[in-house]
Amino acid sequence: MKIIGKKTIRVDGESLVKGKPVFADDIKLNDLLYIKILHSPIAHAKIKNIDSSKAMGIDGVVAVYTHKDFNKHYYTTAGQGYPEPSPRDYRILDDTVRYVGDNVAFAVAESVDIAEKALEAIKVDYEESPANFDDTKAMNSPQMHPSDGPTGIFNVKKNIAANLRAEVGNTKEALAKADFVFSKEYSTPFVQHAHIEPHITLTWLDENGRLVIRTATQVPFHVRRIVAEVLDFPLRKIRVIKPRVGGAFGGKQEIMTEEICSAVTLKTGRPTRLELTRKEEFYASRSRHPQKVKFTFGLNKKNEFEAMEMDILENCGAYGPHALTVMSVTAQKALSLYRCPNIKLEANAVYTNLSIAGAYRGYGAPQGFFPLESIIDEMANELNIDPIELRKKNHVQLGDDIPIGKIIGEGGEGFPVIVRSMGLTECLDEGKKLIGWNKIKSEKQKGIVRRGVGVAAAGQGSGIPGIDMGAAFIKMNEDASFNLLVGATDLGTGSDTMLAQIAAETLEVSVDSIIVYSSDTDYTPFDTGAYASSGTYISGTAVKKAAEKVKAQILDIGMKILGVKKAEIRNGWVIAEGGKKISYSDICTKAMYTDEQQQIMAEASHMSYDSPSPYNATFADVSVDTETGIVKVNKIVSVTDIGQVINPQMSEGQVEGAIPQSLGMALTEFMIFDEKGAPINTDFNNYHIYTAIDMPEIVTKFVNTHEPTGPYGAKAVAEIPINGPAPAVANAVFNAVGVRIRNLPITPEKVLSKIL
Amino acid sequence: MKIKFILNNKTIETDIKPGQTLLEYLRENEIYSVKYGCDNGECGACTVLVNGKAQNSCLILMHTINNCKIETVESFSDHESLHPLQKSFLDEGAVQCGYCSPGMILSAEALLRNNVNPNEDEIKDALAGNLCRCTGYVKPIKAVQK
Repeated sequence: MKIIGKKTIRVDGESLVKGKPVFADDIKLNDLLYIKILHSPIAHAKIKNIDSSKAMGIDGVVAVYTHKDFNKHYYTTAGQGYPEPSPRDYRILDDTVRYVGDNVAFAVAESVDIAEKALEAIKVDYEESPANFDDTKAMNSPQMHPSDGPTGIFNVKKNIAANLRAEVGNTKEALAKADFVFSKEYSTPFVQHAHIEPHITLTWLDENGRLVIRTATQVPFHVRRIVAEVLDFPLRKIRVIKPRVGGAFGGKQEIMTEEICSAVTLKTGRPTRLELTRKEEFYASRSRHPQKVKFTFGLNKKNEFEAMEMDILENCGAYGPHALTVMSVTAQKALSLYRCPNIKLEANAVYTNLSIAGAYRGYGAPQGFFPLESIIDEMANELNIDPIELRKKNHVQLGDDIPIGKIIGEGGEGFPVIVRSMGLTECLDEGKKLIGWNKIKSEKQKGIVRRGVGVAAAGQGSGIPGIDMGAAFIKMNEDASFNLLVGATDLGTGSDTMLAQIAAETLEVSVDSIIVYSSDTDYTPFDTGAYASSGTYISGTAVKKAAEKVKAQILDIGMKILGVKKAEIRNGWVIAEGGKKISYSDICTKAMYTDEQQQIMAEASHMSYDSPSPYNATFADVSVDTETGIVKVNKIVSVTDIGQVINPQMSEGQVEGAIPQSLGMALTEFMIFDEKGAPINTDFNNYHIYTAIDMPEIVTKFVNTHEPTGPYGAKAVAEIPINGPAPAVANAVFNAVGVRIRNLPITPEKVLSKIL
Repeated sequence: MKIKFILNNKTIETDIKPGQTLLEYLRENEIYSVKYGCDNGECGACTVLVNGKAQNSCLILMHTINNCKIETVESFSDHESLHPLQKSFLDEGAVQCGYCSPGMILSAEALLRNNVNPNEDEIKDALAGNLCRCTGYVKPIKAVQK
């Protein structure tokens, strides 16, 4: 292969380093209105009255909208396939607020400053209700959502947004027979996406009265569908444009600003802009679902897994976007990594009066792999065996059929899960060497600062089987360049570049012959969007299919022009036996202007019932200060099986970027709420994400495998590397100082309290 | 109040609004490489060079830049050429979403103007004020080393 697997500079890179106006907010609109949201200061209350008369009296305030200005339509803000598996429990504005940060009113003004002044002048009478901030008490707390109106809530009276049960074999019998039974509970906190570009949307009516939504989103087509539905506005009159996006990580898989901006544009007829502040990002946006996960394992004498029981309690916060599917991914990914004949799952997602959780890179899998990979380490220690060997002995193998994977699916019965590519053993072996496992393990740890090493394995998926679909359209130009139009959504991940590589490889042209245009609902074909690690596997295959069709047309037309029955394509030429040949450029030019004129073009869609798992082994080398409890990560080694690597540099970048997000969850990141449910740490000073000086040495490597169902043998890369670092660090901390932290993050206080 | 300053090699004389920050001024005047990220001096997306020093423009009130020299990446390249840092960021794959890239490039430039051969710790120090959630800083650090 000439392009796949080779270094390719990103196609959008030059405009980005030059600081060109390519993001949503980099545009000047005349007559622009600015929206600010009034958020609830109370965790649970009925709105008795909103008096906006004083706000309306401020010069430059155009409107204040409250729940009275909107229909009672219930929907989910989750940008998912349709019908969405999330409960429809949300209204654009409601007469009840359910967390500190809930939307109460929208102020619309001629400037941000005036809109902010308007917020201060709006008077709201709240009638406070009891609030619950404890997920373990949610099922016995006062009902948070009305019995009438919302749909898809599993048990509205008990505040259970979603429930999931599955069983393979009989764990009760297997645990009774097991030679070794081990059970522990773990938890993960609310953590933030912290994409540096906040949520930002601009909307306007174009010259034909159509609504244009320019927005930082992962899901332009879901934005179009949901805005149309929520605002009772014809879908055909909506165009969604996704420009470059300044990071998303699941946070922009949510429809949170688009429907508000659109509503105001439709009400006022004027262009509008809504950008969340950093503070709003922290408390009135979305986060990772906290989970409490209890695992019970039964092993036989050969240390093989005979039974796994998994209990999940997921905290949704006040509403349930992604409630079911996040915990189904938690379970499905964690329970599909190791062979086990008897598996039982019970999972509940509950409402609390806290900030709303949502989709965040890994989509539940990090909440599952922290407990899974911690308990495996704990069992290896109890049994006095090497944790790498315990994993190698039990992990799924090439050709395995994983029944639990099918049963859990995407929140319900899914499709067969068969392992067709598998490099986990190689990942573990390679990582063991690169981290210097034996050397660190054999060091005697004495003194104040002690060193330790830990490992974690993980799987993920490549798109949502049976649900995700990507489409691509390619047309040829007379200089042998090709316009590639895709619905796929590049968030900075590099998908435009990766798709250009696949098109170029297939068409046998250079990457700069591919002109990519993506994510514009008027001009590009449909794609479910950038989530679930679907870009390479789903959208990439659509591009490959479309390119193959175009190539077949080029060959066909080329042979007609040459007057031959047989020819082949080589490096941009159609070449017949005997040496007669014609260039791509001549073929296209003749096809356009002189010979049976036609546009060389083709489109293709792709969906898949397979969702092959990439695999990863992450190793952590840490030092723990026994006097302060501070954990310092010295080095992370991340070895990954993503099938054929399409773009090595960008794939490394995905891994290198995922690691500090997971280290943050392991060590520094968690949202803190006060006794009234108000978040305390709502800025980067108090919520610490990794900076350049916090970074340990990072080593990334890919092992060689080939996924037969993927484009050129490729699997997904975006999410898999975020699963391992947190459990690897927790295991390394135990190795260093014998302290086991089961509740993330591993703060110095927690470590020290166990040492002392 | 009227102030005078140099923005990307052009002398500007302008009336300023009370309380206006340099970030607001620049974006209103279509210098879009300077980004909003936190409005609190914590993320570095709004980094500019003020008299050669990398600073957060969200924390700078306009009246304080009278007679100062302000630089953004808009002055680093034309339609044909790229600044060496822009080139190495591209080449090393240091750009993912690109939202923090202009700020990082400016922080790196401020470092390199005073220290042509910085070590890794000095580079990390220089980039410490530029939060990036995509790259893990691995490739940006390499790009500056180059």
